[in-house]
Amino acid sequence: MSGLHQTLTLIKKDVLLELRQQYAFYGILLYIISTVFVINMMMGQPEEQIWNALFWVVQLFVSVNAIAKSFMQESRGRLLYFYSLVHPRNFIAAKLLYNILLMSVMSIITLVSCMVFLGNPVTKFWYFIGVVMLGGISLSLLFTMLAAIAAQANQNAALMAIMGFPIIMPLLMLLASVARTAFVTVYQPGLSNMFILLGGMDVLIVGLAMILFPFLWKD
Amino acid sequence: MAKHWWKALAVLLLLYTIIAGFLVKIPVIENNEQSTRNLFFHVPMWISMYTLFTISVVNSLLFLNKYDLRKDILASSAANVGILFGLMGFVTGSLWATYTWGGTITNDPKQISTAVALMIYLAYQVLRMSINDLDKRARVSAIYNIFAFAMLIPLTYIIPRMVDSLHPGSATSPGFKSKDTDGTLMMVFYPAFTGWTLLGVWIYTLRVRYKRLELKNIFK
Repeated sequence: MSGLHQTLTLIKKDVLLELRQQYAFYGILLYIISTVFVINMMMGQPEEQIWNALFWVVQLFVSVNAIAKSFMQESRGRLLYFYSLVHPRNFIAAKLLYNILLMSVMSIITLVSCMVFLGNPVTKFWYFIGVVMLGGISLSLLFTMLAAIAAQANQNAALMAIMGFPIIMPLLMLLASVARTAFVTVYQPGLSNMFILLGGMDVLIVGLAMILFPFLWKD
Repeated sequence: MAKHWWKALAVLLLLYTIIAGFLVKIPVIENNEQSTRNLFFHVPMWISMYTLFTISVVNSLLFLNKYDLRKDILASSAANVGILFGLMGFVTGSLWATYTWGGTITNDPKQISTAVALMIYLAYQVLRMSINDLDKRARVSAIYNIFAFAMLIPLTYIIPRMVDSLHPGSATSPGFKSKDTDGTLMMVFYPAFTGWTLLGVWIYTLRVRYKRLELKNIFK
């Protein structure tokens, strides 16, 4: 089997698993809706700046929860089985792509539920959708790699939060400031630079994941 | 003895830094007054921290190349001492901010991002503590270390320069170098950062020796 074919098969397997045991998907769905609903009960419909901040915080927690299980659902035996079948690079590529897919869906759900429960202060809708997608992809890439590391450290979910939150902060800071333009017309001189930096960080994360994951898997 | 000349140099340079740093006549830069002297203590801490984190990441890369546990000791010790210098840099910076910005912990991007950078490296130590198996700990933490270093560069180097900050040397406020007409600041600054960096490396070598003794049964 060629590398591309292996990767596609692995993605297909993950999607199939997701479709068959839907508890994970509905679990996260419930997680999103209840989080947003709690915010709604506490502060009604917040102003745009707070809306933006809360949206990204919800995104952060959703991505941690959605992606943490991508390695935890695999038992040791099954990982060993994959190890004997595919190259680790194809395996991590499949995980990255699958998580991008998953987070894109989750991002849309978060966005819709935020708009329903917390009001809609977004003025440039399509721009914001673009930023949300970019954010979802960035978060999923970074957390996939961290989930792989945490899986090595005795499948510790708390560890993922400890490692992940400081590392994700530069990304979130960039995303929140890039998203600001979608709410009010503000003058942001370095906007295109920030997009370049975000894209650059994504490329960096993918590159590092591709290079480092084979080492991580060598048990 | 010939091997230890740089330690003597470190002591001499630091003595010079402390004595000259407090006595030399410095140019008064806007409202900084005498707090400009913090340049001799605050900035070298970061240079020393970067040096140590670079040593750490290089050793992590070398570890992944050969799986030599000695390299892991080098990497973790360097990160440890780097955190110490990072904390000192943060404290000296906050002290300076208290008198110039009017607040110890402000929401200045430079201060926030360095706090985050330190948290990334503290997480590295927590990760190390959470794995008991020596080889596995070395492997997993080396990978995280490379990741952390890759995130450190945009976090402390690129982002603070892109956004507005009150910190000297950022996008909107000029650094001190342009105001240093007599060259007195730089006369102390260059020896200062060499001295502090050498001190950092010295502490690092001591820590490596201590760690090696701790694990001497493994290395024979």
